[in-house]
Amino acid sequence: MTKKAKRDTTLTVLLIIGMIIFLQVANTTFDSYEKQVLSLMAIYGIMAVSLNLVNGITGIFSLGHAGFILLGAYTSALLTIPSEQKIAMFIIQPPSPLIANLHADFLTATIMGGLVAAFGAFIIGFPVLRLSGDYLAIASLGFSEVLRIFALNLQSVTNGSLGLKGIPNYTNVWWSWGWLVVTVIFVVSLVKSSYGRALLAIRDNSIAAEAMGINVFKHTLLSFVISAFFAGVSGALYAHWLTTIDPRITTFGPTLTYYVLIMVVLGGLGSITGSVVGAVLFAFLMEWLRVFEQPFTLFGRSFPAIQGMRMLVLSVLFVVTMIVWKRGIFGRSELTWDAIINFFKKFGKKADERGVGK
Amino acid sequence: MTINFTIFIQNLLNGLMVGGLYALIAVGYTMVYGILGLINFAFGDIMAMGIYFAYYGATLIRLNFPFAIVFSLITTAVLGILIDRLAYKPLRNAPRISALITAIGVSFFIESFAVVFFGPNYKPFLDVLEDKTIAFQSFIIGNVYIPKIIFIILGVTAAALVVLFLIVYRTKIGMAMRAISADIPTTSLMGINVDMVIGVTFAISSALAALAGVMWALRYPSFYPYTGFVPGLKAFIAAVLGGIGSIGGAVLGGILLGVIEMMLITFFPTLMQYKDAFSFIILIIILLVKPAGLLGKRTVEKV
Amino acid sequence: MIQDNERNGKNGKPDKKEKNIVLKMDHITMQFGGLTAVDDFDNVVYEGEILGIIGPNGAGKTTAFNVITGIYYPTKGRVIFDGIDITPYRPHQVTHLGIARTFQNIRLFANLTVIDNVLVAQHHLLSGNDADALLKKNGKEKKVRGHLWFWRAVTKIGYNKTERKMKEEAMRILKKLELDNLSHEKASSLPYGQQRKLEIARALATEPKLLLLDEPAAGMNPRESEELLQFIKYIRDEFKLTIILIEHDMKVVMGVCERIIVMDSGKIIAEGTPEEISKNPKVIEAYLGKEWEYAGA
Repeated sequence: MTKKAKRDTTLTVLLIIGMIIFLQVANTTFDSYEKQVLSLMAIYGIMAVSLNLVNGITGIFSLGHAGFILLGAYTSALLTIPSEQKIAMFIIQPPSPLIANLHADFLTATIMGGLVAAFGAFIIGFPVLRLSGDYLAIASLGFSEVLRIFALNLQSVTNGSLGLKGIPNYTNVWWSWGWLVVTVIFVVSLVKSSYGRALLAIRDNSIAAEAMGINVFKHTLLSFVISAFFAGVSGALYAHWLTTIDPRITTFGPTLTYYVLIMVVLGGLGSITGSVVGAVLFAFLMEWLRVFEQPFTLFGRSFPAIQGMRMLVLSVLFVVTMIVWKRGIFGRSELTWDAIINFFKKFGKKADERGVGK
Repeated sequence: MTINFTIFIQNLLNGLMVGGLYALIAVGYTMVYGILGLINFAFGDIMAMGIYFAYYGATLIRLNFPFAIVFSLITTAVLGILIDRLAYKPLRNAPRISALITAIGVSFFIESFAVVFFGPNYKPFLDVLEDKTIAFQSFIIGNVYIPKIIFIILGVTAAALVVLFLIVYRTKIGMAMRAISADIPTTSLMGINVDMVIGVTFAISSALAALAGVMWALRYPSFYPYTGFVPGLKAFIAAVLGGIGSIGGAVLGGILLGVIEMMLITFFPTLMQYKDAFSFIILIIILLVKPAGLLGKRTVEKV
Repeated sequence: MIQDNERNGKNGKPDKKEKNIVLKMDHITMQFGGLTAVDDFDNVVYEGEILGIIGPNGAGKTTAFNVITGIYYPTKGRVIFDGIDITPYRPHQVTHLGIARTFQNIRLFANLTVIDNVLVAQHHLLSGNDADALLKKNGKEKKVRGHLWFWRAVTKIGYNKTERKMKEEAMRILKKLELDNLSHEKASSLPYGQQRKLEIARALATEPKLLLLDEPAAGMNPRESEELLQFIKYIRDEFKLTIILIEHDMKVVMGVCERIIVMDSGKIIAEGTPEEISKNPKVIEAYLGKEWEYAGA
């Protein structure tokens, strides 16, 4: 067993090294648009993995993710935008002195974004996590909307409906993929511990979990807060990727939560590797389907640009996944080294057999 | 604090009107929840489709406004049945959360569909009227100006609710609905076609949502693909407030929520922007303090 | 002869009083709206005994369990366990104090493996539990092993050894219950009888003093029930437990319990040794009589 564990660690380290090399190559050879997409994949990955911790692993259905992303985005952006720029930008009402004067580097700002989101989850968790099932879903959605409404109206803190503009574009492939690795390692090692088992037990049968001495509320709150921390981090990265924050329904509202939900469901609710794959796939599709939103030709005929086409395709994919392909790509299982090695062994065997047959 | 009497009366009527519209949609939530245990997350979007259908009925097919409404009710009812058959029926025996996720997917699909086929921009609903001035005429009682449209909407809403109650409590199909919401397996043993009844439920509740949509658009005449989102959530809150599963509760909850919102604006005009946030806070308080709502029955999980 | 039994019973009682009382149910009443599910339940459980609670459906047996384990808060009365008033405590705290249970309708963690089901039950000894303060206050030993476990678990610093120990302990329990060769099967894939056993294994892993079994023989055939009898005695001796057993099947109760409480419509209608109970006319009328009618119909 220890041999296997050693092998897995080695392979994981190799994977990370391989990834670093790939990112280095990508960073020098990709054009800026491709690099943007590459970063976005990782940002979506963090969003999906963190939502999956709550919705897939712990089995409580939260729809409040956009709220935590929003908290992280505002907190970090308000810390990195230079003071003079903030004062110039807040035209309806000047920023409160605290907002105007605080400043931090990107890493600190990102962590602060995560912490503020986690604190938000801690406060919101007390009422929301006492509910169950669909009520919890709607209440968490409600809270994320409450946060957005506050963001729209607290002029001196958030610049209201004007949003924030000119956020420095600090997010690059290193920051985004680096944070994704941190997120995945943290969540995986949490899940592969006594705490993770407790969360999975709560998902399977919360009454029995309570009867086994697990403080269900405390553990769901723990998972909710951790999830919100990484959601906040992803929000910080997202804000410094977009360079603007605009608190509308379709940007930092429920639509964003639905996006993340699509990634998680596509990858398989409960599978962490599935979430990463789902997020990468989602980002890829979002970009690839962009062709329909410009004038395009298909089968030799030219069509005008169709606005909103990619959302239509993705929402169909989402509903069809739920109805036909209930488990998503990975279901609840993880893509482990064992699975990969077995897959190649089987694949090799089949090839051999075919070779022998000939 | 002195409240201007005129504003008070106007807001009270406005609150009743908005509350009545919430009630129309909330009834749909509550009927579907009562029968399937499913929160049909898409009701707000179904309402928005009702607006689009009425709009296109009047502008493209050039129907008279009353016929455009009928057209909208029928097409939206068909849409409701289709949604149930295609999206929810395959998941009848799946975990409730799967059904909820699918409902979110359906809501998302309808929004995207509207963006692609109807365009992402705001449209002026009053184009449906030959004579747009109706929308701006007011009654003058003393020094209180009250738009006529409010009375029309209140009248239509009340009439629709009366018809609904007659269907649910005075017809065979209504009896079947109530039977199913009590116990599906037993009802199907009694020889009732459960799928047919569920279909009728979706048709009625979607038609009500469409009617609510048309009324909504008469009062707030510019609409776009996401128009249904906020009223949909509000209606859900209303349904929970009244006690989900109870039709009387949905009506009570809707009217209460509408009036409470408007009273908040009347007494604290500075909190106007936070109106929607306030509704959610009401929802969470209700869920925590009296999860069964005002008129609902509490069910306890057996251990 | 009946008088003989009564005298024996009276003679028996002073004898039992020398034993330690583990659990005291002090005039418990549990009402749901207008319905009284448990009506003035007043009894004690002695250390090391196997106590049976029997009665027809709806007699309030499971409700009594739910009151003891903190799922319900009684309308009246107190539950005293090991000298501590546990009435207001939540189920997870009650478990931490040393009461474990199984469920009438099996509630395993269906998607987890057999060994993970058992490991979950040890989690409260690691994660910390608010009931620990109560143990300390009552001059008892705290049960939580160390602190900062969350961070140790995530960083794996100083954690792997504990994890290994937990697994060894889980395997020890599974071995005693002859489930060790199934340790990596999914719980839901086990046959019914094994699932019941696993539920007991899981309860044992919480390190209880008192074990509550809710209809452990439900759905078993006579041969399996017989095996279960031996098994219950075995775990009582092996794990030094006190056991309360709810059962519908008279044979199981008669075979294993040293003392039996009979409930009907929320009330205790009789109490005594199996022989006393089997001859008590009230019991025959309220319980067996109904059963016979049932069988007749």
